[in-house]
Amino acid sequence: MAALRRTPPLAVVGTYLAILAYVAFALFPLYWLLKIALTPERLIYSDGTALWPSALTLENFRAVLFATDFLAYFRNSVIVSLGTAAATALIAAAAGYAFSRFAFRGKRLVIALMLVTQMFPLLMIIAPIYKIVAALGLLNSLTSLIIVYTAFNIPFATFLMQSFFDGIPKDLEEAAMMDGCTRLQALRKVILPLTLPGLGATLGFVFTAAWSELFFALMLIRSDDTMTFPVGLLSFVSKFSVDWGQMMAAGVLALVPSCLFFAFIQRYLVQGLTSGAVKG
Amino acid sequence: MTTLSGNDTASGIPRTRFGRAYLAYAVEPWLYLSPAILLLIFVMLIPLGIGISYSVQSINLLRPFETGYVGLENFEALGEDARFWTALVNTFWWTFGSVTLQFFLGLGLALLLSRPFHGKRIVQALVFLPWAVPTFLIALTFSWLLNPVIGPLPHWGAAVGLLEEPYNILSDPGTAMWGPILANVWYGVPFFAITLLAALQSIPGELYEAAEIDGASAWQCFTKITLPFLGPMIAITIMLRAIWIANFADLIYVMTGGGPANSTQILSSYIFTTAFRRLDFGYASAIAVALLGVLLVYAVILLFVRARLVKF
Repeated sequence: MAALRRTPPLAVVGTYLAILAYVAFALFPLYWLLKIALTPERLIYSDGTALWPSALTLENFRAVLFATDFLAYFRNSVIVSLGTAAATALIAAAAGYAFSRFAFRGKRLVIALMLVTQMFPLLMIIAPIYKIVAALGLLNSLTSLIIVYTAFNIPFATFLMQSFFDGIPKDLEEAAMMDGCTRLQALRKVILPLTLPGLGATLGFVFTAAWSELFFALMLIRSDDTMTFPVGLLSFVSKFSVDWGQMMAAGVLALVPSCLFFAFIQRYLVQGLTSGAVKG
Repeated sequence: MTTLSGNDTASGIPRTRFGRAYLAYAVEPWLYLSPAILLLIFVMLIPLGIGISYSVQSINLLRPFETGYVGLENFEALGEDARFWTALVNTFWWTFGSVTLQFFLGLGLALLLSRPFHGKRIVQALVFLPWAVPTFLIALTFSWLLNPVIGPLPHWGAAVGLLEEPYNILSDPGTAMWGPILANVWYGVPFFAITLLAALQSIPGELYEAAEIDGASAWQCFTKITLPFLGPMIAITIMLRAIWIANFADLIYVMTGGGPANSTQILSSYIFTTAFRRLDFGYASAIAVALLGVLLVYAVILLFVRARLVKF
């Protein structure tokens, strides 16, 4: 505060202008997406590059929701993302708990193994994964996507969960176990309630990651009825590349779940991004 | 008395290396870890091994009868493949351009956010929002913004004299790479801002107070306190981020598909195109192994620099 009060007024104005510029930079592309989605089709070419549309309509959204397959794509993506988030959170919570509460031989090896899976280019395994999934007869199934995405997200989610467990004093569960609880009871009654925010943040991070994954979904899903949102949107774009309003309306729909989860995990961004270290 | 000491193991305190309680104690963490480990081994490490083995085989789904071991043939083809060398150079420019711009804009944002001002909470939420937008959507949004029919950017570019006329920079091989880089900067600034903000807040406030008492200017505070403190952390973050960006092909694949005339093809998008469009898994794996080699060399340099930085 003191520093800001002493600075000359010109510098204060400059600071606020810079902040305003950053906010405008961050919001402008999303504003444009929404603007074109709300512009009536007959006005797209005359109003296309105007800052503000002269008329608004929800027709594009209606068309996308009821005349195309986007509702199905949306449902598939929700299933995949929620399934991935739930499976990852469960498995990563167990692994993070082991890292946080136990000292055991081979711990460094397991950590190294997790780091290795984060360092090599994921596209290296896209061909082998395709072959394996095809051999198992799981092509075009959402299950295969959930399994693959879960594995991708486990290392990051484990380190995140570990950092949340590390924040809970070990004495708490030891006291509960001293009073006659088994470890499982101590976990359920003492640790679980305290780690719920951490679990929520992990769910949010993994959901966001699974929602936007593109390459493995393209590779493993070719049939129309199991397409996830990114795959569906790209095939729509290549087929109807002049339906600007509808494409952007679909884009706005893809944005909704991400924004909801972002509002939810916003408080944990620093912890998530710093414990992930290499993850975007 | 001897019977009592025998009971100790049953009370949960492991006394002997080979007692049942000790065994349970040693096995327990592995029990919790096993789902994670098994999944990582079967979904990532075994496919990784298989992927490396593909690079010395001929595996093309379009020619199923020519499958088999071919030695280093794929790599020899790689050496003569002009697209591969273009992609290697493009990977460098893509990574260098993106990281540099993301870092400086992210640093500026972190410095702004490290001081209190009115409405900071809402500003913080708004400027971090791009991080949460799905990457395929970012790619589509920016290719629309760059399209002169429905996007304002070409018109603005022409108005300020950057472009001679409002055309789509994505269709010109000379300028196409700037499109994905612009989208990547928009997406990546929050990441750098968040990491640098966390680091800035770890600098003890007393240092700045002492400097102020001694009459240091804001610029002196920045170069003499902030930069030396953040230096090592900045170097590591930038280098790790560079690896991530070199592998990050979503934006390029959706915005340009590597074109026009291969001008935006980077190694990772080339891997995907080769596997997905040409279904040539052997050749795709050879490119992937080459990319892994490049990244390994880079990582060794990174570790070397890190050792130097930690020493001082």
